[in-house]
Amino acid sequence: MSTVHFDKAGFESQVEQGKGVALVDFWATWCGPCRMMGPIIDQMADELDGQVLVGKVDVDQEGDLAAKYGVMSIPTLVFFKDGQEVKRLVGAVPKGTLESALEEVK
Amino acid sequence: MLDMIVIGAGTAGLTAALYGRRAGLQVLVLESGFYGGQIANTPEVENYPAIPRISGVDFSQALYDQVAALGAEVKFEGVTAASLEGGVKTVTTSRQTYEAKTVVLANGAQRRKLGCPGEEEFSGRGVSYCATCDGAFFRGKEVAIVGGGNTALEDAIYLAGLCSKVYLVHRRDAFRGNDILVKAVQSRENIQICWNAVPAAITGDKAVTGCRLRDTVTGEERELAVSAVFVAIGLVPDNAIWGDAVQLDPSGYIQAGEDCRTNLPGVFVAGDTRTKPLRQLVTAAADGAVAAFEAGNYLASL
Repeated sequence: MSTVHFDKAGFESQVEQGKGVALVDFWATWCGPCRMMGPIIDQMADELDGQVLVGKVDVDQEGDLAAKYGVMSIPTLVFFKDGQEVKRLVGAVPKGTLESALEEVK
Repeated sequence: MLDMIVIGAGTAGLTAALYGRRAGLQVLVLESGFYGGQIANTPEVENYPAIPRISGVDFSQALYDQVAALGAEVKFEGVTAASLEGGVKTVTTSRQTYEAKTVVLANGAQRRKLGCPGEEEFSGRGVSYCATCDGAFFRGKEVAIVGGGNTALEDAIYLAGLCSKVYLVHRRDAFRGNDILVKAVQSRENIQICWNAVPAAITGDKAVTGCRLRDTVTGEERELAVSAVFVAIGLVPDNAIWGDAVQLDPSGYIQAGEDCRTNLPGVFVAGDTRTKPLRQLVTAAADGAVAAFEAGNYLASL
């Protein structure tokens, strides 16, 4: 499955009220490190198809969501389990780091 | 089996993939970090022919998109082992093993470390090797940048735009960087140059609070109260993974001439990891093109 681009409603229904593990990338189009994370997030979405919901929140479009989760630096990568935040990473990280973090929260 | 595996998605590796795809080769690029390599961490590129000014991220993304659109596959997997001798080359990553007829080594080089007490301890907590990545965490604070080449000068200018004061610490009494950058550094009021100085220790508690400088002439020491120490003292290659199979020069760079051929048939080298007099974006791109061209010649000869 490809990366999901969440709006507020989609985020509420799929992440906050969802079951299982989700990885959400808070990002913005003008943020260089965020753009460099882009293909890594997309690749994880493909590889984790059906196991983990992988999506992105554009903080310029969805300021309320960014504020609600206290995202003050981007990229911020938040892991959710059954709708609850269980871990977050701030700053661009290599794919290996994301994969290890995912193993921790699974 | 693939025609070509490129190791590294920096400028050299992506250019090799670009030329490889345009020559009709099946190309896989493996990258342990991010696309773009070192240039992605460079705020402004002003020395690439015909492009007066572009950010490192924009350059990297344009190149990545160009290569991806041509059908090269880029996988974000670190290489853990490789067998490069013989007709079939195998490259193993954290996920799987790939086979190809040719390999282009474009794994780049790493930032050199200071080797002083406190550097390791405070790495990521005030000690940084990437001003453009981490500078924003020290907005309004006093910081030090160590080095005297173009990277150190660029970083000092970048940091001067964010931080209240920047100490530029250099072990000699003149810069190695180019004139335009030297003038730009000198024109910034909040950059203070510390000549003939090296960090003796980086100090702090939970994070960096200071850097002790040693004067290389008098041996005197003094303390700078800074929240961060940025390190930009050059590069070191990282070629141990290839073992004895690939011939290295005494500095550890992969030995090859301008034809980018290594000692192993079917194995080519491109970019900063190769023995060369000038490590720049344009020479990395040139290597990528040559390595792919030579790989094509090699494939045609099989």
